[in-house]
Amino acid sequence: MLKVEHLTKMFGGLAAVNDVSVDFGANQINAIIGPNGAGKSTFFNLISGVHQPTSGRILLDGQDVTTMRCDHVAKLGVGRTFQTTNLFETATVLDNLIVGYRLRTRSGLWDVLINSKRLQAEEKAAREKAREALDFVGLTHAENRYIADCTQEERKRVAFALALATDPKIVLLDEPAAGVNPEETEGLAALMKKMVKNGLTVCLIEHKMDMIMGIADKIMVLDHGEKIAEGTPEEVKNNPVVIEAYLGSDHDAAA
Amino acid sequence: MMFKLGALIMHPASKFVLLALALIFPLLAGVENEYQVQVMAKAFIIIIAVYGFNVITGFCGQLNLAHGGFYAIGAYTVALLTVDAGWNYWPALVAALVVTGVLGFLVGAVSLRLKEHYFAIFTLCVGFIIYLLIEKWDWLTHGVIGVRNISEPDGFGIVNFRETNAMYYLVLFFMTFIIWFTSRIQKSLVGRTFIAIRNGDDLAQSLGINLMKTKILAFVISTTYAGLAGGLYAGMIRVVGPEEANVLQTFNMIMYMLVGGIGTLFGPLVGTLGVTWITETLQFLEAYRMLIFGPLLVVLVIFFPLGICGSFLTWMHRKAQALGLGPKKAQTQSKVKASGQEANNNA
Repeated sequence: MLKVEHLTKMFGGLAAVNDVSVDFGANQINAIIGPNGAGKSTFFNLISGVHQPTSGRILLDGQDVTTMRCDHVAKLGVGRTFQTTNLFETATVLDNLIVGYRLRTRSGLWDVLINSKRLQAEEKAAREKAREALDFVGLTHAENRYIADCTQEERKRVAFALALATDPKIVLLDEPAAGVNPEETEGLAALMKKMVKNGLTVCLIEHKMDMIMGIADKIMVLDHGEKIAEGTPEEVKNNPVVIEAYLGSDHDAAA
Repeated sequence: MMFKLGALIMHPASKFVLLALALIFPLLAGVENEYQVQVMAKAFIIIIAVYGFNVITGFCGQLNLAHGGFYAIGAYTVALLTVDAGWNYWPALVAALVVTGVLGFLVGAVSLRLKEHYFAIFTLCVGFIIYLLIEKWDWLTHGVIGVRNISEPDGFGIVNFRETNAMYYLVLFFMTFIIWFTSRIQKSLVGRTFIAIRNGDDLAQSLGINLMKTKILAFVISTTYAGLAGGLYAGMIRVVGPEEANVLQTFNMIMYMLVGGIGTLFGPLVGTLGVTWITETLQFLEAYRMLIFGPLLVVLVIFFPLGICGSFLTWMHRKAQALGLGPKKAQTQSKVKASGQEANNNA
């Protein structure tokens, strides 16, 4: 599904991502973990086209997307959420979601002026898509609520829905469970499982180990921009290198 | 009670009431009060420009401080073409739209590569350069003297645009069209794309939106509105000078937008009319009126950052939610006077 080969990103002299190769399978939950500053978010930014990699290749379903611009990558089916989602606070949840389908529509200013058939059809489609996404994340009841009146967890769900409204094949979720309580975290985990069940591929960055170990099919561990481990939750949990990265070894402590 | 009153204001029919009031205003003002009609017509022209400002800054989130400059370019295009080139008014007005549109595209293509404060500072400079060009480029713009004897819009039949009332109706027509067109943009996918960019570049491009293309579109729409306003101003006042390009023009427009409600459909209308009439009423205080005006503005910005329209719509929405009004009912209420986000929430 998503194949990354020798991906490197240098910021000045600093390698934020250093020679990372990984193959994320379709229809799975793939997790990326690592200490703060390990290059996880940069990794996402490289895949989604926000940053251009210094070297290496990114293949999406066999297609080379390495040098593509962000909006092209999104059109190819890469949806994404951010650590903080800035939405239109004094607009309703539904209104915030309608624009998600924009990338699959073509209406321009001329269509607006003459109120063309195409525009009407596309707006209807966008609205339906938004409702569908809202239904998927279980927020239909909050459709008319202002974003400003939503809880943290509801905002997370809205962010999911916005990514889903773009009709993606793969979604990149950056710390989806940050700032929500354990109970709500379970709800979000269930939502991710539901996405996979519906044919999506999920990639997430997360610090909540309980959740990751429970749902991930595959985990990649980054540290200082390098991949230090990869495998199932069991394998990663018992990997001495990973333990060292997280807890520090005796050697580190002495130095 | 307050809610019922609010619902009445948001009723679909109230925009027609508003339009009817605007239509009979010259009659109400009376023959001897031509001055008030003139003030109103001038306010309508500014409203057109402020709507343009609202498209780029309110919807799309890019603070374009050259907006007053484009307004002046529109005015000067009409002035120079009618006075020096001997064109008729109407083709000159069309030329003003084309010139401001094309210049908007060129300036936008360069300046929109910058983000946030950098964009604002860059456009502030562009605005100042426009001012300097108009003031110093003597052989083209007549320099500080300005352009006099600009021809008025050519009349037809018994309509003569030298008469204040005729001009008032002409300007009212254009303003109504602009408000209608802006409401169409705001409710459409195009407007939603602008708003997505205001919410954040990162999120917008992750939704597959081409940032540059969309921002330039919003920029060109806004400068063309400014050009239309400038062209109408030249036809009505028939004298233009470098002061039209003064940066203060831009800051006045920002004030109108903030007072009315930035990013709302009726904000520019409410803000411009409100401030214009307060200014007129306080005229007798001369320079001291700023003593009243300043604190009023500060209070407004602190307690109603969404402006008059924004605060009103938010309050109405929350009230409707609290009262548990079904989507159906809320829909009919919010359809008209609402800003786009309101208008579409239940359709």
